[in-house]
Amino acid sequence: MTDLAVATHGLVKRFGQYAAVNEIDLAVPRGSVYGFLGPNGSGKTTTIRMLLGLAFPSAGDIHLLGEPVPERVSAVLPRVGSLVEGPAFHPYLSGRANLMRLDAADRFAEPGTAKQRIDQALDRVGLLAAARKRYRAYSLGMRQRLAIAAALLQPRDLLVLDEPTNGLDPQGTREVRHLIGSLAEEGTTVLVSSHLLSEVEQVCSHVGVMRQGSLVAQGTVAEVRSGAKPTVTVSTAMPREAAEVLRALGLSAVIETAAGAEAEQDGVAPERIVAELVARGVGVRGFVVGTPSLEDLFVALTGEGFDVGE
Amino acid sequence: MSASETAPVVEQSRRGPSAVRSHGRMLRSELRLIVGRRRNQMGLLVLASVPVMIAIALKVSTPRRGNNDFITAATSNGMFVALAALTIEIALFLPLAVAVLSGDAIAGEANTGTLRYLLTVPVTRTRLLLVKYAALAIGAVIGVVVVVVVGVLIGGLLFGLGPVTLLSGTQVSLAEGLWRLVLAALYVIAGLTALAGIGLFVSVLTEQPIAAMIAVTIISTAMWILDGISQLDWLHPWLLVHYWPAFADLFRQPMYLDEIGRGLLVNLAYAVLFVSLAWARFGRKDITS
Ligand SMILES: Nc1ncnc2c1ncn2[C@@H]1O[C@H](COP(=O)(O)OP(=O)(O)O)[C@@H](O)[C@H]1O
Ligand SMILES: [Mg+2]
Repeated sequence: MTDLAVATHGLVKRFGQYAAVNEIDLAVPRGSVYGFLGPNGSGKTTTIRMLLGLAFPSAGDIHLLGEPVPERVSAVLPRVGSLVEGPAFHPYLSGRANLMRLDAADRFAEPGTAKQRIDQALDRVGLLAAARKRYRAYSLGMRQRLAIAAALLQPRDLLVLDEPTNGLDPQGTREVRHLIGSLAEEGTTVLVSSHLLSEVEQVCSHVGVMRQGSLVAQGTVAEVRSGAKPTVTVSTAMPREAAEVLRALGLSAVIETAAGAEAEQDGVAPERIVAELVARGVGVRGFVVGTPSLEDLFVALTGEGFDVGE
Repeated sequence: MSASETAPVVEQSRRGPSAVRSHGRMLRSELRLIVGRRRNQMGLLVLASVPVMIAIALKVSTPRRGNNDFITAATSNGMFVALAALTIEIALFLPLAVAVLSGDAIAGEANTGTLRYLLTVPVTRTRLLLVKYAALAIGAVIGVVVVVVVGVLIGGLLFGLGPVTLLSGTQVSLAEGLWRLVLAALYVIAGLTALAGIGLFVSVLTEQPIAAMIAVTIISTAMWILDGISQLDWLHPWLLVHYWPAFADLFRQPMYLDEIGRGLLVNLAYAVLFVSLAWARFGRKDITS
C-alpha cells in the first residue's frame, strides 16, 4: 500500500439513488503523473472531493499517502496541495491577500516565511506581476493559476489538480503542463483530472478513465493503450451487406457507417475478411486494419460525446 | 501499517508555530476580512448614526417626557444617549448586523467556493467553526462599542457629561456611571453573541448568505414580536431576546441583577445549543459547493 499515493477500494458516492461514483478502485503510484480522465459528469470531481475529505463516501475506503481518509485527513492534507472544481477566492482581495489568508488559516504555516513562500508560489505560476490586483479583475487563466499557486504554498508530496487547464488558452495549457512536468521531476505525485485527453496525455505516466461513475480503464499509458483492440474498417457502397459478412465471421462490435462498416478484428486474419467480403459480392473500395489512438480509445471507453454524463 | 509510521513524521516536520499563535493569526485574518468589507463598514456607519440621530432630535425638539427612560435622562446627561441608542438598536439594527456577519461566516464561504479551499488547507471543521464564531463575537463587540462610544461622544458634546442620576433617583459619579455603561455594553454583547450562535447554525445549513441573513433576522424579529404578546407570557422566559433590555437594571441603586443573571443563563443556553448543533451538522456535511 505504501507505494500508492492514492488508493481507493470499492469507493461509492450516492446522491439519493444516483451513484455519481460507483465502486472505483483507484491506484495512483507514488511518483506518477496520473491522468484522471472522463467526460463532464463522469464523477471525477466527486471522487476528488472524497479524497480530500470534503465529501464522505457512501461506501468503500480511501488511503491518501498511506493514511485512511476521512479519519486522518487533517494529518495528511498538509502534504497535499489541491485544486477542486475550479478556482475560488474572495473577489475583493488581491491575489496575494487571498494567498495570505489561506496561509494564515494553515495551522502549521510559519508566519515569518509567509511572504517569501507566497511570492515564490506566485512566481512559479507567473502571477507575481499581478499579485496586487484584485481577484475579480483576474482573467480565468490567472484565476486558475492563482489556485495552483495556493496548492504550492508548502512543499507537497501529492498534488490533486481538478481540471487545471479548464478555461486556459493553448499557451496557458502548455504552461500548466510544463509546470506539472517540472513538479513531477521534483518527486511530487500528481493526480490531474481532465475531460480532454489531449491536454494531459503528453505529461501522464498513468491514466484512469471514468465513465458514468465507473473506472473503465486504469494503468500506465502503455497498458491502457494495449487494451485497445485492433479494428477493421471496410469502405464500400454496400454497408449493410458488409456488416452482415463481418458478423458472420464472428467479429464483434460491428457497426454500419455511411461509408461502410467497422468492427473489432478479434484475431481474424485480414486476408480472410477481404476474401469473404469479395466472395459475398461486397464491392470493397478500401480496407484498413488499425489500432485506435489513445484518443479513439478514450472516446470508445467514455461513450460518444464528451459533454454528457448520464 | 504505513499509517502509523508516516503520521508522526508529518506532525514532527510540520509542528509549526504554537497553537495560540496560529489560531490568533487565523482569527486576525478573519477579522481583517470582515472589517475590510465595504458593506460592513457601511453597516457600522448605520449603527453609529442612531445615537447621532437621537442626540440631534433631542437637541432640536422641546423637552417632553418620552416613553424611554434613557431618552428622558439623556438631556440632563449625554451618557444616556449611548443607552438610549442601545435600547433602540437591540430591537433590529444590532441583530441585523449579527445576521449579516453570520451569513458571510460559512454560507458566504460556501457561496464563493472558498470553503473547500479553507478545509483543504487543511483547517479542521471544528477549528473553522470556532474561529468563525469568535470572529462573530468580536463583530458584536465592534458594533456595540461603536454605538456606545459614538453615543457618549455626541451626547457629551450636545448635553455635557457629569454626575449621573440613576433611574432610581440616586446620583453617582461620572466614573461610576461610565463603569455601569461598560457592564451594560458587555451584557448586550453577550446577547448578540448568543444570537450569533443561531447565526452560525443557520450559516452551515445553506450556501446562500442572503438566505442565512434573512433567516436570522426573521428569527430575532419574531422573538421580539412574541415577546410583545402578553398572552404568551409563559413563553417569554424562553425567548432569547426577552431579558436583553434588562441592562437598564444596572442603572438602579443597588443594581438589580436577577433578570440580568437569568438573561445571561438564557444567552449561554442558546449559544451552547446552537453552536453544538452547528458543529454536529457541519462535521458530517458534504461540501459540494
Ligand atoms: N451535490 C450533488 N447532488 C447531486 N448530484 C450531484 C452532486 N454533485 C455531483 N452530482 C452529480 O454527480 C455526477 C458527477 O459529477 P462530477 O463529479 O462533478 O463530474 P465531473 O467532475 O467528472 O464532471 C454528475 O451527474 C452530477 O450531476
Ligand atoms: Mg468536474
